[in-house]
Amino acid sequence: MTPDDLRAQVAGFLAAHDPKTTERLEFLRARYDAGLAWVHFPEGLGGQGAARALQPVVDRAFAAAGAPDNDPRRIGIGLGMAAPTILAFGTEEQRTRFLRPLWTGEEVWCQLFSEPGAGSDLAALATRAVRDGDDWVVTGQKVWTSGAHNSQWAILVTRTDPDVPKHQGMTYFMCDMTAPGVEVRPLRQITGEAEFNEVFLTGVRIPDSQRLGAVGEGWKVAQTTLMNERVAIGGNALPREGGLIGMVSKTWRERPELRTPELRDRLVQHWVEAESLRLAASRLRQQLTAGAPGPEGSAMKVAFSELNQKLTGLEIELLGEEGLRYDDWTLRRPEKVDFLGREAGYRYLRAKGNSIEGGTSEVLRNIISERVLGLPSEPRVDKDVAWKDLPR
Amino acid sequence: MSELPTPDLLYSDVEEDLRASVRDLLTDQASPAALLARVETAEPYDLKLWKTLAADLGAAGLMVPEELGGHGASARETAVVLEELGRSVAPVPFLGSAVLATSALLAAGGSVAAELLPRLAAGELTGALAVPLSTAPGAAFPATVSVNGDGTLSGRAGTVVDASVAELLVVPATGPDGPGLYAVEASAAQVTELVSLDLTRRVADVELDHAAARLVVSGAAAQAALDTALTTAAGLLASEQTGLTEWALTTTVTYLKARYQFGRPVGGFQSLKHRLANLYTDLVNARATARYAADALAGGFDVPIAVAVAQARVAPIAVHAVEEAIQLHGGIGMTWEHPAHLFLKRAKSDELAFGTPGRHRARLADLVDLPA
Repeated sequence: MTPDDLRAQVAGFLAAHDPKTTERLEFLRARYDAGLAWVHFPEGLGGQGAARALQPVVDRAFAAAGAPDNDPRRIGIGLGMAAPTILAFGTEEQRTRFLRPLWTGEEVWCQLFSEPGAGSDLAALATRAVRDGDDWVVTGQKVWTSGAHNSQWAILVTRTDPDVPKHQGMTYFMCDMTAPGVEVRPLRQITGEAEFNEVFLTGVRIPDSQRLGAVGEGWKVAQTTLMNERVAIGGNALPREGGLIGMVSKTWRERPELRTPELRDRLVQHWVEAESLRLAASRLRQQLTAGAPGPEGSAMKVAFSELNQKLTGLEIELLGEEGLRYDDWTLRRPEKVDFLGREAGYRYLRAKGNSIEGGTSEVLRNIISERVLGLPSEPRVDKDVAWKDLPR
Repeated sequence: MSELPTPDLLYSDVEEDLRASVRDLLTDQASPAALLARVETAEPYDLKLWKTLAADLGAAGLMVPEELGGHGASARETAVVLEELGRSVAPVPFLGSAVLATSALLAAGGSVAAELLPRLAAGELTGALAVPLSTAPGAAFPATVSVNGDGTLSGRAGTVVDASVAELLVVPATGPDGPGLYAVEASAAQVTELVSLDLTRRVADVELDHAAARLVVSGAAAQAALDTALTTAAGLLASEQTGLTEWALTTTVTYLKARYQFGRPVGGFQSLKHRLANLYTDLVNARATARYAADALAGGFDVPIAVAVAQARVAPIAVHAVEEAIQLHGGIGMTWEHPAHLFLKRAKSDELAFGTPGRHRARLADLVDLPA
């Protein structure tokens, strides 16, 4: 499969489905059925087993033709985390049932992982699932669930056996967010808006047919999700001065009255770091394409978080008087994180989450030092202890 | 920002093969113990190793086209050699000869360059570029050497890298017709070796008193050739600095796995693990940035920005990495017998070479329109 093959396929598809006259959802469904949704997925499931790196070729060709996209940022959790997990662990029926509406955005997904007592130590989670005939009955509380208020489905990790050590007693499900007993409450954040939620699960019945992977193998399934989460954060190829650095540089150029020598030196330092990070991300993608995935992903996320935080802090200082103001504290329920669509204060506050979400920088540094550099692991006092006997 | 070509930030199989040969040679011939034994002797440079590297492995002629006796490779391959030289701080005049003098002559062109380049490429001749090692790309053409009425050169160039072992000096000098690059036999100059901060890379003062010289190129072309040499060297130095960073990280990781305190390996303490994870993150950034500079130099696109970013970013990373290596080795890191000090001296000298990071940031700010 070459880029030209794919461009030819897209051209053929567009000839048969004029985006100007085809209804959006109909267009997206047809694109999925043509294997032009995510080209690295298998045939029949929206793809054709091509290299993942070829996806941008297809996306660009559709965008150039003015075709509707599936609003990837709105359904990012489904695309980045649920889909690869369903592909890896789902049965044929599950893949066929769930992947198409996931990709078209007809069904939005969220991720019921973290709990008030299980954040970085995710395997400590306490949400119980108890077998009852063909169903499981789930009770517990989840937190930091972005987009739960807009979601039809969730990927869910539960505890099914409290009598074995924590990593062994977990089971992974797909949970219908409209099922009785699912209650979503907004969790208002530092920015004033409620992008995240608390989710209370009270006697929720989940059919066994919605289990992903074997009973007791939930940790293994969750690892697939988490690895894909970090790949997804690596994100798209940005041009030079793409993203936040471009926004601050633009302000610098347009507002000479704000400039000071001290701010200039910091801005140029951040510019250099942003360019360096962009190149490192690009190198990581080239390694993935060449089939030699590097362990750089965790390092990229650590560096990216730090830069975003420094840069958004500088932006407020640069703005002087304006930096003392905030755009809007009204409680909102956004469909997606919009870093560039809001003002500097929002960016500064939202960036605080970058070093926490998707693995804290501290946990990622442990991962780098242990899995990449081979340093001794942290002492594990919980390793051979049944989950029910762990202090909490 | 205009559209740039997609860079190749990986290493080709050929480059990996070249790396393996250079690494084998350096592991064998430039062990830390051998380096330490050599640095205070009368022969601080290992010229036998230099001949093997330059001639037998062909490293000196990588950037030289085949018609001039070189290998017709590019800055990318040269960068790989520099990574390995950074990992070993081998005492060879690669930077002065194969990078600086060679780039200056390649950029200058003409018959004198065409005569000298095959000998440099073959490792028969070792060269040096007679400017202070701290000279940054974009600096004014040096005015310390003048052309006399009889065509000889008089004047001085201080802290010239690798001059003490060079047979050929490429000298920027100003004459009645403006700037020119001249070829001078080192025997016609007085070269005084200085005590260098970097024990494995020497600097020397070059004094010229009516020294016989041949004009290589004059006028704006001379100025451009000098700037190309400095730009190439600054960009490729980032690969040496990446090699230094890699050495600091891998050596420290090995040591912290083996060193026990409080009943367990020191590398198991989280505060130290996180510092090493930070060094790894820096290394990932340094490698991509240095590779981009090498690829840009090889492809002739985006060179000024790529080089300024590389020196602004990678030089401080290398210094920090070696400083961390010394701290994390504890007392042994401060001793003469441990090679860490050789790497620190190299990293800090490299930070000054071809312009400090602050100077490159200032240049970058102009290049990308972030005005004062």
